[in-house]
Amino acid sequence: MNITKNLNGTSLEIALEGRLDTVTAPELEDVVKRELDGVNALVMDFSKLDYISSAGLRVLLSAHKIMAGKGGEMKVTNVNEIVREVFEVTGFEDILTIE
Amino acid sequence: MKELTVKAVVENIPRVTAFLEEALEQVDCPMKAIMQIGLAVDELFGNIANYAYPDGAGSATVRLEIDEAAREASLTFIDEGVPYDPLAKEDPDVTLSAEERQIGGLGIFLVKKTMDGMRYERSNGKNFLTITKKY
Repeated sequence: MNITKNLNGTSLEIALEGRLDTVTAPELEDVVKRELDGVNALVMDFSKLDYISSAGLRVLLSAHKIMAGKGGEMKVTNVNEIVREVFEVTGFEDILTIE
Repeated sequence: MKELTVKAVVENIPRVTAFLEEALEQVDCPMKAIMQIGLAVDELFGNIANYAYPDGAGSATVRLEIDEAAREASLTFIDEGVPYDPLAKEDPDVTLSAEERQIGGLGIFLVKKTMDGMRYERSNGKNFLTITKKY
Protein backbone atom coordinates (compact mmCIF):
# COMPACT_ATOMS: atom_id res chain seq x y z
CA MET A 1 0.00 0.00 0.00
CA ASN A 2 1.18 3.52 -0.74
CA ILE A 3 0.31 6.43 1.52
CA THR A 4 0.50 9.95 0.11
CA LYS A 5 0.07 12.83 2.53
CA ASN A 6 -0.73 16.41 1.70
CA LEU A 7 -0.81 18.89 4.56
CA ASN A 8 -2.31 22.28 3.82
CA GLY A 9 -2.45 24.46 6.92
CA THR A 10 -4.62 22.49 9.32
CA SER A 11 -6.07 20.23 6.61
CA LEU A 12 -4.49 16.86 5.96
CA GLU A 13 -5.33 14.70 3.00
CA ILE A 14 -4.20 11.08 3.07
CA ALA A 15 -4.47 9.18 -0.21
CA LEU A 16 -4.22 5.40 -0.03
CA GLU A 17 -3.27 3.15 -2.89
CA GLY A 18 -3.53 -0.65 -2.75
CA ARG A 19 -4.99 -2.65 0.11
CA LEU A 20 -5.70 -1.58 3.64
CA ASP A 21 -5.36 -4.91 5.44
CA THR A 22 -3.62 -6.74 8.29
CA VAL A 23 -0.19 -6.17 6.79
CA THR A 24 -0.60 -2.52 5.79
CA ALA A 25 -2.96 -1.13 8.46
CA PRO A 26 -0.08 -0.55 10.95
CA GLU A 27 1.49 1.89 8.44
CA LEU A 28 -1.66 4.01 8.43
CA GLU A 29 -1.95 3.65 12.18
CA ASP A 30 1.50 5.23 12.54
CA VAL A 31 0.38 8.24 10.51
CA VAL A 32 -2.85 8.55 12.50
CA LYS A 33 -1.02 8.35 15.84
CA ARG A 34 1.79 10.74 14.99
CA GLU A 35 0.58 13.26 12.48
CA LEU A 36 -2.86 14.48 13.53
CA ASP A 37 -1.62 17.08 16.03
CA GLY A 38 -2.79 20.46 14.79
CA VAL A 39 -4.98 18.92 12.10
CA ASN A 40 -8.66 19.83 12.25
CA ALA A 41 -9.81 18.53 8.87
CA LEU A 42 -8.80 15.08 7.70
CA VAL A 43 -9.67 13.66 4.29
CA MET A 44 -8.96 10.05 3.43
CA ASP A 45 -8.94 9.66 -0.33
CA PHE A 46 -9.76 6.06 -1.27
CA SER A 47 -9.84 6.50 -5.05
CA LYS A 48 -6.95 4.08 -5.49
CA LEU A 49 -7.81 1.74 -2.65
CA ASP A 50 -8.71 -1.82 -3.70
CA TYR A 51 -10.25 -2.96 -0.43
CA ILE A 52 -10.33 -2.56 3.30
CA SER A 53 -10.43 -5.38 5.85
CA SER A 54 -11.36 -5.25 9.54
CA ALA A 55 -7.76 -4.30 10.40
CA GLY A 56 -8.26 -1.17 8.29
CA LEU A 57 -11.64 -0.44 9.86
CA ARG A 58 -9.95 -0.46 13.26
CA VAL A 59 -7.56 2.32 12.16
CA LEU A 60 -10.36 4.36 10.58
CA LEU A 61 -12.32 4.13 13.80
CA SER A 62 -9.41 5.36 15.88
CA ALA A 63 -8.78 8.23 13.43
CA HIS A 64 -12.48 9.11 13.65
CA LYS A 65 -12.32 9.14 17.45
CA ILE A 66 -9.18 11.31 17.51
CA MET A 67 -10.76 13.86 15.16
CA ALA A 68 -14.15 13.82 16.90
CA GLY A 69 -12.41 14.15 20.28
CA LYS A 70 -10.95 17.53 19.31
CA GLY A 71 -13.97 18.80 17.43
CA GLY A 72 -12.37 18.26 14.03
CA GLU A 73 -13.77 16.70 10.90
CA MET A 74 -12.93 13.54 9.03
CA LYS A 75 -14.18 12.53 5.62
CA VAL A 76 -13.64 9.45 3.48
CA THR A 77 -13.88 10.11 -0.24
CA ASN A 78 -14.02 8.19 -3.53
CA VAL A 79 -14.79 4.74 -2.18
CA ASN A 80 -15.18 1.91 -4.68
CA GLU A 81 -17.96 -0.70 -4.70
CA ILE A 82 -16.12 -3.21 -2.52
CA VAL A 83 -15.19 -0.64 0.13
CA ARG A 84 -18.74 0.76 0.09
CA GLU A 85 -20.14 -2.71 0.70
CA VAL A 86 -17.77 -3.19 3.64
CA PHE A 87 -18.92 0.12 5.14
CA GLU A 88 -22.59 -0.82 4.63
CA VAL A 89 -22.37 -4.32 6.06
CA THR A 90 -20.42 -3.21 9.14
CA GLY A 91 -22.51 -0.13 9.84
CA PHE A 92 -19.48 2.10 9.32
CA GLU A 93 -21.51 4.15 6.87
CA ASP A 94 -23.43 5.46 9.89
CA ILE A 95 -20.25 6.34 11.80
CA LEU A 96 -18.08 7.87 9.08
CA THR A 97 -18.74 10.77 6.76
CA ILE A 98 -18.45 9.24 3.31
CA GLU A 99 -18.52 11.36 0.17
CA MET B 1 -7.07 -28.47 -6.93
CA LYS B 2 -4.23 -26.22 -5.87
CA GLU B 3 -2.62 -26.03 -2.47
CA LEU B 4 -0.11 -23.84 -0.72
CA THR B 5 1.37 -24.51 2.72
CA VAL B 6 3.23 -21.72 4.45
CA LYS B 7 4.25 -20.68 7.93
CA ALA B 8 1.22 -19.12 9.65
CA VAL B 9 2.50 -15.57 10.02
CA VAL B 10 0.81 -12.37 8.83
CA GLU B 11 3.82 -11.60 6.63
CA ASN B 12 2.72 -14.50 4.43
CA ILE B 13 -0.74 -13.04 3.66
CA PRO B 14 0.45 -11.33 0.44
CA ARG B 15 2.00 -14.61 -0.73
CA VAL B 16 -1.23 -16.53 -0.15
CA THR B 17 -3.26 -13.80 -1.85
CA ALA B 18 -0.95 -13.73 -4.88
CA PHE B 19 -1.15 -17.52 -5.20
CA LEU B 20 -4.95 -17.44 -5.22
CA GLU B 21 -5.21 -14.42 -7.51
CA GLU B 22 -3.10 -16.07 -10.15
CA ALA B 23 -5.30 -19.19 -10.14
CA LEU B 24 -8.52 -17.17 -10.18
CA GLU B 25 -7.37 -14.96 -13.03
CA GLN B 26 -6.73 -18.06 -15.11
CA VAL B 27 -10.43 -18.96 -14.94
CA ASP B 28 -11.53 -15.39 -15.70
CA CYS B 29 -12.89 -14.71 -12.25
CA PRO B 30 -14.00 -11.04 -12.20
CA MET B 31 -11.77 -8.57 -10.34
CA LYS B 32 -14.48 -7.74 -7.79
CA ALA B 33 -14.73 -11.37 -6.66
CA ILE B 34 -10.93 -11.67 -6.61
CA MET B 35 -10.71 -8.62 -4.34
CA GLN B 36 -13.45 -9.94 -2.05
CA ILE B 37 -11.63 -13.24 -1.78
CA GLY B 38 -8.44 -11.30 -0.99
CA LEU B 39 -10.31 -9.57 1.81
CA ALA B 40 -11.52 -12.94 3.14
CA VAL B 41 -7.95 -14.28 3.06
CA ASP B 42 -6.78 -11.29 5.07
CA GLU B 43 -9.38 -11.99 7.75
CA LEU B 44 -9.12 -15.79 7.88
CA PHE B 45 -5.40 -16.32 7.35
CA GLY B 46 -4.83 -13.34 9.64
CA ASN B 47 -6.85 -15.07 12.37
CA ILE B 48 -4.82 -18.26 12.01
CA ALA B 49 -1.57 -16.29 12.11
CA ASN B 50 -2.64 -14.34 15.19
CA TYR B 51 -4.47 -16.96 17.25
CA ALA B 52 -4.04 -20.56 16.09
CA TYR B 53 -0.61 -21.17 17.56
CA PRO B 54 -0.19 -19.42 20.93
CA ASP B 55 3.12 -21.23 21.53
CA GLY B 56 4.74 -20.13 18.31
CA ALA B 57 4.09 -20.26 14.62
CA GLY B 58 2.88 -23.44 12.99
CA SER B 59 1.86 -23.78 9.42
CA ALA B 60 -1.33 -23.27 7.48
CA THR B 61 -2.52 -24.75 4.21
CA VAL B 62 -4.74 -22.98 1.74
CA ARG B 63 -6.54 -25.25 -0.72
CA LEU B 64 -8.34 -23.89 -3.76
CA GLU B 65 -10.89 -25.83 -5.77
CA ILE B 66 -12.65 -24.27 -8.71
CA ASP B 67 -15.80 -25.58 -10.31
CA GLU B 68 -15.57 -23.90 -13.68
CA ALA B 69 -18.97 -25.15 -14.87
CA ALA B 70 -20.73 -23.78 -11.80
CA ARG B 71 -18.38 -20.77 -11.67
CA GLU B 72 -17.70 -21.31 -8.01
CA ALA B 73 -14.44 -21.07 -6.10
CA SER B 74 -14.02 -23.01 -2.90
CA LEU B 75 -11.25 -22.13 -0.52
CA THR B 76 -10.25 -24.18 2.52
CA PHE B 77 -7.94 -23.00 5.29
CA ILE B 78 -6.35 -25.83 7.25
CA ASP B 79 -4.33 -25.45 10.45
CA GLU B 80 -3.29 -27.65 13.36
CA GLY B 81 -3.79 -24.96 15.95
CA VAL B 82 -6.25 -24.58 18.80
CA PRO B 83 -9.83 -25.56 17.89
CA TYR B 84 -11.62 -22.49 16.64
CA ASP B 85 -15.05 -22.40 15.05
CA PRO B 86 -15.68 -18.87 13.76
CA LEU B 87 -19.28 -19.80 12.93
CA ALA B 88 -20.00 -20.39 16.60
CA LYS B 89 -19.40 -16.73 17.32
CA GLU B 90 -22.32 -14.38 17.65
CA ASP B 91 -22.50 -11.67 14.99
CA PRO B 92 -21.34 -8.25 16.19
CA ASP B 93 -23.80 -5.42 16.76
CA VAL B 94 -23.20 -3.17 13.75
CA THR B 95 -25.59 -0.47 14.94
CA LEU B 96 -23.43 0.74 17.84
CA SER B 97 -21.93 4.23 17.86
CA ALA B 98 -18.23 4.92 17.34
CA GLU B 99 -17.66 5.08 21.12
CA GLU B 100 -19.25 1.70 21.75
CA ARG B 101 -17.72 -0.09 18.78
CA GLN B 102 -15.61 -3.20 19.09
CA ILE B 103 -13.71 -4.39 16.05
CA GLY B 104 -13.37 -7.96 17.32
CA GLY B 105 -15.64 -10.27 15.38
CA LEU B 106 -16.13 -7.84 12.52
CA GLY B 107 -13.73 -9.68 10.23
CA ILE B 108 -15.57 -13.01 10.34
CA PHE B 109 -18.86 -11.17 9.93
CA LEU B 110 -17.53 -9.42 6.81
CA VAL B 111 -16.45 -12.74 5.32
CA LYS B 112 -19.88 -14.24 6.02
CA LYS B 113 -21.56 -11.34 4.29
CA THR B 114 -19.34 -11.20 1.20
CA MET B 115 -18.93 -14.93 0.53
CA ASP B 116 -21.71 -17.30 -0.53
CA GLY B 117 -21.00 -20.03 1.95
CA MET B 118 -18.89 -20.85 4.98
CA ARG B 119 -18.42 -24.11 6.88
CA TYR B 120 -16.19 -25.36 9.65
CA GLU B 121 -14.97 -28.79 10.60
CA ARG B 122 -12.55 -30.03 13.22
CA SER B 123 -11.02 -33.38 12.40
CA ASN B 124 -7.77 -35.21 13.13
CA GLY B 125 -6.62 -32.32 15.29
CA LYS B 126 -7.04 -29.82 12.48
CA ASN B 127 -9.33 -26.89 11.76
CA PHE B 128 -10.88 -26.88 8.30
CA LEU B 129 -12.60 -23.64 7.38
CA THR B 130 -14.12 -23.52 3.90
CA ILE B 131 -15.57 -20.53 2.13
CA THR B 132 -17.27 -20.59 -1.26
CA LYS B 133 -17.73 -17.76 -3.70
CA LYS B 134 -19.67 -17.76 -6.94
CA TYR B 135 -18.08 -15.66 -9.63
